[in-house]
Amino acid sequence: MQFSFLSLLKNAQAGANRWTPQWPTVEPKAHYDVIIVGAGGHGLGAAYYLAKEYGLRNVAVLEKGWLGGGNTGRNTTIIRSNYLYDESVGLYDHAMDLWDGLSQELNYNVMYSKRGVLMLAHSVHDVQVLKRHVYANDRLGVDNTWLTPAEAKDYCPPLNISPTARYPILGGALQRKGGVARHDAVAWGFARAASARGVDIIQNCGVTAIRRNQQGHVTGVETERGFIAACKVAVSAAGNTSMIMDSAGIRLPLESFPLQALVSEPVKPVMPCVVMSNSVHAYISQSDKGELVIGAGTDQYISYSQRGAFHVIEKTLASICEIFPIFSRLRVLRTWAGTVDVTPDRSPIVGKTPVPGLYVNCGWGTGGFKATPGAAHVLAHTVACDAPHPINAPFHLDRFRTGRLIDEAAAAAVAH
Amino acid sequence: MLTILCPVCNISAPELEFVYAGQAHISRPGNPEELSDEDWRDYLFIRANTRGIHAERWRHTHGCARFFNVLRDTCSDLVLATYQIGHEPPLVTLGRD
Repeated sequence: MQFSFLSLLKNAQAGANRWTPQWPTVEPKAHYDVIIVGAGGHGLGAAYYLAKEYGLRNVAVLEKGWLGGGNTGRNTTIIRSNYLYDESVGLYDHAMDLWDGLSQELNYNVMYSKRGVLMLAHSVHDVQVLKRHVYANDRLGVDNTWLTPAEAKDYCPPLNISPTARYPILGGALQRKGGVARHDAVAWGFARAASARGVDIIQNCGVTAIRRNQQGHVTGVETERGFIAACKVAVSAAGNTSMIMDSAGIRLPLESFPLQALVSEPVKPVMPCVVMSNSVHAYISQSDKGELVIGAGTDQYISYSQRGAFHVIEKTLASICEIFPIFSRLRVLRTWAGTVDVTPDRSPIVGKTPVPGLYVNCGWGTGGFKATPGAAHVLAHTVACDAPHPINAPFHLDRFRTGRLIDEAAAAAVAH
Repeated sequence: MLTILCPVCNISAPELEFVYAGQAHISRPGNPEELSDEDWRDYLFIRANTRGIHAERWRHTHGCARFFNVLRDTCSDLVLATYQIGHEPPLVTLGRD
């Protein structure tokens, strides 16, 4: 069914009871050309682009839990591309280009809102780091502007720019075309569009191991519902990627940490943009429902529990209340955590692996949502052509052997 | 928040007193000049990332300031045992299904 104003109107008049499921529930087939492990935005998007741009329709996306129930549904939906290194800018800006027309392309409103992402500087060091980003981005034609404290206050009135504040604001880097999108709608939109092109989406079907033949080539995956054969397998399973890849004999430079987020009770529009403060780990925006969506830093230890410690949230909220005193009387509505897979250089790994027919998309750490369409697109290219797209070529696994890292960890100058 | 027993001070304290210091029992190679790029990658970057019982180092920053080792279930975050640096990990069971 094509969504349009007319279809909305017709269904509203009919009592909204004519809507059909947006994708069918299917049983797994015995064999697929491509299996994608993990039905988050990245995996579903890759399936969509495989079907749309590369004509591969015998594709399945296998999901351990429910669609979009991992980090896709747990992040704080921030979209930006003002990274330091050329390689990162290439990748994230590619995603930015795709975000632009995504709602129209998928016929699904992903609610991409270019409200601007403002990154705050609280110290001379922060100022130097962020200005370096602005200059590097300017050289590549990427939108990123330096704001004085007064300009920052003008752009985001709730900010406390008093020079005596606990975290004084010395300026900020603003990416005006950055913003937010609705994370669930991204997963659902890609799922619906992929399914319409023949992709099977199979939930509650956890992959337990990857199978290889004597030549080492991938033959398929063992799942909770039995063996499923495939010519190619792409793993896009965030925090659980390293476990699945272990079964194919590949050890990854990944560690999985809890990353927490929370929302406040809903209030009327008060927060006009996204504000990030890397040095005090406070990330905040307001959803269209009115909740303030707040992200914290990672907990310190590795964990698969999808839970974090309360003192991490407490620290983030203390920072938020210092920077935005106006929010100090709001109450927390709910908190949750996701399991994020972090690489040593804080840049993702997207590409081929030493195993023929096995591909990986992982290591997105704390910031994978913004890259969803871009990562999905270059992963689809890599799988279909058995060669990386020029955009994801630098993000190969071998960089941890050669030492040619893309060190956004050092560039961000914070402990992620 | 975890509760961790420091095996040096022998006191139980909240996680806030401690700092996590990564996977335990990784020794620096004794023959660095002979190491291949693959060996360096494995030493520097490859980690167990265990789902289950994970051996890890912690430091009692706000106590004795010593490093020690912890066995923790990374699914439940339960601390199963703590032991001093240089000791072998004790045998523990998960205590869950």
